[in-house]
Amino acid sequence: MNRSNENVLSVCGISKSFGGIRAVDDVSFDVQRGEILGLIGPNGSGKSTLFDCVLGQLFPDSGEVFVNGNIVTRKRPCDLNKLGVGRTFQMLQVFSEMTVLENIILAGQEHRGTLVSRLFGQSDAGLTEQADEIIAFFRLTHLRDHRAGSLSYGQQKLLDTAMAFMAGPRLVMLDEPAGGVNLTMLESLKERLIAFNEERAATFVVIEHNMEFVMSLCTRILVLANGAIIAEGTPEEIRNDPVVIEAYLGE
Amino acid sequence: MRLITIIASLAVLALLVVLPFNLKNYGIYILSLWMVYSIAAMGLNLTLGYAGQVSLAQAAFLGIGAYTTALLMKAGYPFLFGFGLSAGICFCVGLILGYPALRVQHHFLAFVTLGFNALVWLVFRNEEWLTGGTYGLMGFPRPSFFGIDTTNQVAFYFFSLTIFVLLAVILWWIVRSPWGRAFQALRENPIRANSLGVDIRRMTLLAFAIGAAYGGMAGSLFAPLVEFIDPQSFQLNTSLMLLLMVIVGGSGRFLGPVIGALLVVLLPEWLRFTEGMYLIIYASLVMVLLAFCPSGLIGLYERSVAALRARPSGSRGSEKP
Repeated sequence: MNRSNENVLSVCGISKSFGGIRAVDDVSFDVQRGEILGLIGPNGSGKSTLFDCVLGQLFPDSGEVFVNGNIVTRKRPCDLNKLGVGRTFQMLQVFSEMTVLENIILAGQEHRGTLVSRLFGQSDAGLTEQADEIIAFFRLTHLRDHRAGSLSYGQQKLLDTAMAFMAGPRLVMLDEPAGGVNLTMLESLKERLIAFNEERAATFVVIEHNMEFVMSLCTRILVLANGAIIAEGTPEEIRNDPVVIEAYLGE
Repeated sequence: MRLITIIASLAVLALLVVLPFNLKNYGIYILSLWMVYSIAAMGLNLTLGYAGQVSLAQAAFLGIGAYTTALLMKAGYPFLFGFGLSAGICFCVGLILGYPALRVQHHFLAFVTLGFNALVWLVFRNEEWLTGGTYGLMGFPRPSFFGIDTTNQVAFYFFSLTIFVLLAVILWWIVRSPWGRAFQALRENPIRANSLGVDIRRMTLLAFAIGAAYGGMAGSLFAPLVEFIDPQSFQLNTSLMLLLMVIVGGSGRFLGPVIGALLVVLLPEWLRFTEGMYLIIYASLVMVLLAFCPSGLIGLYERSVAALRARPSGSRGSEKP
């Protein structure tokens, strides 16, 4: 299959069932370079399962996934990460016993050198400077040497997101980055994401329930319901689509 | 803080150098035994404390190292050859034992490793042609280096101390390297670690293999120290004792297993005057400690230091949680 190189991510006919429930049902979509794609849908519509199938956390029952034109279906998450795909999870996942700095360094170290050179090289894999940059970018500098577990929920969420950006990914998939983040920090997060997108040409796929956040962040939105894509378009189109409104509000 | 750590380490080292000259042979023997168990417990601490992989098989590796070294020395090979081979064999066997950990975790993994320990013990006991069965092995000489014979208890103590310090430095290097961070990430959240590029399969296997190699090297020292080995020394009991050393000392703390080993080896001696009460006192102490301070003696120490720091100025408490 020859996929256009402009597509950072191509998902072709992914399906995934759990027992009798078809969580993801023949989903296909492309994500172009530099795009910020929103993925919305009611609870249980299969958004996170789709993410997991794309990112190697789960193996899809059928379908293929391409990153930069290369087939990556059934690759392990760590291999995908090395191909330049960063992600966050819906549940907050930072390493609470490490400091903020250590969390960020961890997120970059596996991209440096080989297994052996990492053992004999510097303790920080030469990443402190780069880590400080990312920490400053997400405005966490004052918390740099604090244990991640001692941070507030919103700060940990920012750290979680920051980790996904440490290795200079070309594609970042964020699962509810705004969940539990207060309004001021939310503005800051949106601004950071847009800046990252513009300055470093990173492509995003974002799952989010906060409509205002999604509508103002994304350039294109996909709507998932019962495991299938029911609508696609600009934020404006989605906002006024009767199918979407029905899926959210129910019959 | 750094300077204090260095001064404290040097002071402890100085004490360890002076101590044997003020002790009788048995005391020196106990100190050497502490070094040997410390090495095995340090290895287990890497597997369990840093990387979060439960293992009840450390005694099996202690045994593999001890039998390998004893057999080779009986056959006339030099000690260092046996030492290296013990480390190598245990590294490989540890690597294989790591595979179940890719599928099961926690108490399930504990039972898998427990089964492995039982299996190895059965080999030691039943394969009489090789291991001497329940009669054990003896008649292998203590090693000598550069003309210095370690038959003398003090000489062997210094020999153990040298290897202990060397292995401690190597382990310290490992845990402070990016490997150490990857091990810790594996313990705290393997799924997140995987998504950040940490090859968790590889790190799990390495955690087992390195921990096992430390067990093997400890066993390699154990054989010439006690000069007689039999399967009893490498039963599940010993694995549980090594686990206790790690937990009581402070799992995931660098010096935890060393402190834990000191307690487990020395406390029976100190409590000897209580005669039959020893085990009761010992068990009660362990229960109280773990109920109130699961992070072990090192954790207790860290807590007291933090409390002392917070008291005088009040504002410095947030410096290091």
